[in-house]
Amino acid sequence: MIITEETIQVLANMVNIEVTEKEKKQLTEDLKQIVGSMETMNQVDTEGVEPMSHVLPIKNVFREDVVRNGDDREQLLKNAPQKKDGSFVVPKTIE
Amino acid sequence: MDITALSVIEVNKLISDRKLSAVDLVKAQLEMIKQREASYHCYITILEEDALEQAKEVQKRIDSGELKDTLLAGIPMAVKDNICTKGVKTTCASKMLSNFTPTYDATVIEKLKNAGAILLGKTNMDEFAMGSTSETSYYGATKNPWNVDHVSGGSSGGSAAVVAAQEAYFALGTDTGGSIRQPSAYCGVTGLKPTYGTVSRYGLITYASSLDQIGPIGRSIGDCAAVMEAISGHDPKDSTSIDRKNIRYLQALKEDIKGMRIGIPKAYLERGLQKEVKDSILNTIKILTEKGAIVEEFDLGIMDQAVPAYYVIASAEASSNLSRFDGVKYGYRTPNFESLQDLYKKSRSEGFGTEVKRRLMIGAFALSSGNYEEYYKKALKIRSLIYQIFQKAFEKYDLILSPVSSRTAPKFGESLSDPLKMYSSDIYTVSVNLAGLPAVSLPCGRDKNGLPIGVQLIGKHFGEEDLIRAAHRLEQAIGDLRYTTHGKEA
Repeated sequence: MIITEETIQVLANMVNIEVTEKEKKQLTEDLKQIVGSMETMNQVDTEGVEPMSHVLPIKNVFREDVVRNGDDREQLLKNAPQKKDGSFVVPKTIE
Repeated sequence: MDITALSVIEVNKLISDRKLSAVDLVKAQLEMIKQREASYHCYITILEEDALEQAKEVQKRIDSGELKDTLLAGIPMAVKDNICTKGVKTTCASKMLSNFTPTYDATVIEKLKNAGAILLGKTNMDEFAMGSTSETSYYGATKNPWNVDHVSGGSSGGSAAVVAAQEAYFALGTDTGGSIRQPSAYCGVTGLKPTYGTVSRYGLITYASSLDQIGPIGRSIGDCAAVMEAISGHDPKDSTSIDRKNIRYLQALKEDIKGMRIGIPKAYLERGLQKEVKDSILNTIKILTEKGAIVEEFDLGIMDQAVPAYYVIASAEASSNLSRFDGVKYGYRTPNFESLQDLYKKSRSEGFGTEVKRRLMIGAFALSSGNYEEYYKKALKIRSLIYQIFQKAFEKYDLILSPVSSRTAPKFGESLSDPLKMYSSDIYTVSVNLAGLPAVSLPCGRDKNGLPIGVQLIGKHFGEEDLIRAAHRLEQAIGDLRYTTHGKEA
């Protein structure tokens, strides 16, 4: 896989990050190396091996559909960068 | 007597015999922090008044007899700054969360408070736990208490250093790819990474959900066992928490290791280990044999690809987990923005440091269409193979012994400049997380410059009792390499 500055720009957009020209150069070099090392995974024969995303058997946990937490709106809003009338404030999203 | 040098078990006796009050203990601990914190920078947040208030409350509970069954009553502790503490700032060592104060306690904190432990402060770490030196912290690096020109390790560098420097009796760390074990080795303390699912992750600000596990760092394996008694157990708030009868951590301290089968992956001793590290490991093998264990070398199989597989999986999970930081509900928000998209982008660009950005991009790369099969899915298959290899080894052995790191703590700036070099240093630790196994790192020697060396014991799933048993025997035989950092000052 060839990593170019364009690749970095695409990835930056995907993770919602702005990169300066200087950062882009550095990240291109870094990712070239890192992705190169990741390609050594191809040396391992994984034919017929099931991918494992979790080591222990996981099943969904259900509970009765009743409200257990109180009204902590005020508490939660304390960490909001900007709030108004009990809500989070964001820039206008529709014209 | 310097009471801040005692172990949890030793100081607990003084408290339960009423020879020492929780308040006096906290005062002595705060005094020690005042003397040493400027040199080491273990903490991001230190609680003073609040810790004394907690101590008064705990002393009342001790006096009423409520806490007689716990070893942690009145014990001052430090907690890694990625674990939520109600009303106490929790930053993940990031500018992104520099103003974040959780409205609830993580389950582990709730449990420790119930057991009577006292929160002294929040420890420094690599930003969002991404790093091996604690140098990626937004608040500056933690220095190694054995030699301040060297790193404390990472990502739980502050948690390991705080215990070595006698600035807390024990600490909580988190381990995603070695982040409890490696700093413990570098700082000459003992760290336990529990089996995945043993300790609730509720309230842990996650890095890679399928790998992260909270665990104790202490001055002895006994102290780690005492903490495990308090923090382990099923939690309905964590869907990956295992419903299982509790393991007898403290009981294991009393058992010997006669006939215990211990395997050593042959390749682990053959690759480029620092000479003193190899010598110390060979010495631990000798001790374990003398104590009645059957130790032999074996071929573990593929392990070289564990590191790239780990970085693919951890970064992929991180790029998804960290998408929650958008400058809207909590965390840093850029002062200058035009649209909602602009707000997200600028807040994240200004809020995250370089290493975090790098890993988010690696994750996005591995998950993007066209790369998914070749990188992400391939890594998951290698994870599967590593899991099977360990399962097979544990049919034959009770424990696996290995180095924690090929070397002692590097100097500042040595690792950070070359990410690939930094990543590859995790070779001995990451496979344990990929397989969800428990492992302990404990001191086993020092190099010619006096820097601590650690040895790693890896157990089978829920094999913590075996780990504690063997670690305790080793600790007794190796003698006091522990918490003597400041022998020269005493």
